[in-house]
Amino acid sequence: EFTRLNLKHDPGKMKEYHYTGPVEHRFSPYAFNGGTVLAVAGEDFAIVASDTRLSEGYSIHSRDSPKCYKLTDTTVIGCSGFHGDCLTLTKIIDARLKMYKHSNNKSMTSGAIAAMLSTILYGRRFFPYYVYNIIGGLDEHGKGAVYSFDPVGSYQRDTYKAGGSASAMLQPLLDNQIGFKNMEGVQHVPLTRDKAVQLVKDVFISAAERDVYTGDALRVCVITKEGINEQTIPLRKD
Amino acid sequence: MALSNVLETPAAGFNFDNAARNAALEGLFDGGQTPKPLKTGTTIAGVVFKDGVVLGADTRATSSEVVADKMCAKIHYIAPNIYCCGAGTAADTEKTTDLLSSNLTIFSLNSGRNPRVVMAVNILQDMLYRYHGQIGANLILGGVDCTGNHLYTVGPYGSVNKVPYLSMGSGDLAALGILEDGFKHDLELEKAKELVCAAIHAGIMSDLGSGNNIDICVITREGVDYIRPYQESEYKDNRKMKYKYRPGTTAVLTEKVVPLKLEVVQETVQQMDTA
Repeated sequence: EFTRLNLKHDPGKMKEYHYTGPVEHRFSPYAFNGGTVLAVAGEDFAIVASDTRLSEGYSIHSRDSPKCYKLTDTTVIGCSGFHGDCLTLTKIIDARLKMYKHSNNKSMTSGAIAAMLSTILYGRRFFPYYVYNIIGGLDEHGKGAVYSFDPVGSYQRDTYKAGGSASAMLQPLLDNQIGFKNMEGVQHVPLTRDKAVQLVKDVFISAAERDVYTGDALRVCVITKEGINEQTIPLRKD
Repeated sequence: MALSNVLETPAAGFNFDNAARNAALEGLFDGGQTPKPLKTGTTIAGVVFKDGVVLGADTRATSSEVVADKMCAKIHYIAPNIYCCGAGTAADTEKTTDLLSSNLTIFSLNSGRNPRVVMAVNILQDMLYRYHGQIGANLILGGVDCTGNHLYTVGPYGSVNKVPYLSMGSGDLAALGILEDGFKHDLELEKAKELVCAAIHAGIMSDLGSGNNIDICVITREGVDYIRPYQESEYKDNRKMKYKYRPGTTAVLTEKVVPLKLEVVQETVQQMDTA
C-alpha cells in the first residue's frame, strides 16, 4: 500500500532513475571545455598563464590548446569556458583592435581594451559569451595591469586573478602568497619577475593534482616593455 | 542466530523504505544543491589467464571535477580466493562488497567449504536487482575456485555477464581497446599483468575521471598477490619553491588556557640502562 501511494504522489522522485513518461530534450548551445587561466601584475611586468588542455565531459579533445591570446605588444588575454565562444570573442577583439588602429593611428592601451571588452560582453547580455576573461598587460605608465571579467562584462582592475575551472583552488593561494593575506609579521616584499613566474608554475602544478580539467602543459606569457616572452612547461597528463 | 541474508530469504518485492526519507532530505535543501555522492570515475579491468585471474584498477576518486582521493583502493577483498573491483558510487561499492564478504564468510564457516565465484555473483545480483538500480555499483568479480578461473561483471540493475576479459568505469572504452587488441586465451602471468597494466594506463591517460597509480591483484590456486601500487604515477611533485610558514604567522585573536587538574596517584620509577 505504502509503495503504491508513494509512486502516485511522487512520480518526480522516480524520474531521476527511470523513464516514466515523455522527456523533453533541449539543445544546449553551450559546452564546458575546461581550462584555467591566471594573471599577475608586477611593478614593471605582467604574467598571463593558462593550461593547454581542452576537454569535454570526461574526454580530452586536445592536449595542446593554449588559452592565452596575444592582442597587442603589451597585452595578452586569457579566455576559458566554452571554446567556441573563446575563439569568436578573440576574433571580434582582434577586428576591433585593427579598426581602432586604423582610425586613431595608435594601438589600444590595456585599459582601453578592457573597457571595450566590457561593452562587447554586455552587448550579449541575454545570450552571453560563456567565457571567463582575464586581460594582463602593461598600462600607459609601464606598470603591470590585470583586468578580470565575468561572462557578461563586469570588470575590475586587480593585482592578480585566477579564472576558469581551478580558479577556486588557485585564488586563495595567490591571496596568501602575493597579497600576503592572513599572515602576521611577514614582510610585504614586492614580487620580482622570476619569483612570480616560479609561483605561477608551482600553483598550476598543484591545480593539476586536484582538478581533472587542468593539466597536460602550462603556457606562461611574460609581458615586459621588451616584449612578450612565452614558455611552455609540462604538467600531469592523467 | 542467523544474521545474514544468506540464511534468511529477504521479503519479496522491491524495498522502497528509503524513498520517503530521501524525498524528505531533499526538502531540507529548499531546491538548492543536494550533496552529490562521491563517484569513483574509474578505469577497472580484469583478464582470465592460464593460471588464474588478474584484476587491475586506477587509484583516483573524484567528487564531480575535483580529485578527492589520489590513492583510493578500488580492488576489494571478498574471500581469500575472490576479489572485486568496483566502479560507480564509492559508498555503494564499498558497502556492497563488505556485505558480500561478510555473507560469504558466514557461509563458509557454516558449511565448511570455500565460497565459489558464482555464489558471490548470485548474491550480488539478487541484492542489486532488489534495489532496482538505486545502488550505483558496477563491479568486476574475479576469483579462482574448485571449478576453475572465473571473471564476472555485475551491473547496477543486477545484470550479470561471464567473460574472459573486460573493463568498466568511465575509462572502460579506452581500456577495452587495449584488451581487445592484446587478449589471447591462456596468457602467461607476466603477459597478463602487462596487458591489464597497459589497459588501465590507457584509461588513465584518456579519461579525466581516472588517474594516478595502478593497482593489480593476481589470484591463482596458490594464493593472492595484491600489488598496490603496481605502477606509480610518473608525475612527481616538481615545485621549486618552499611553502613553509614560520610559527606565529597565523594571528591569534583570543587565548583561553584551561589547566587540567591532575593528582599524582601512583609513581613508579624504572631505570633506563644507558650503558
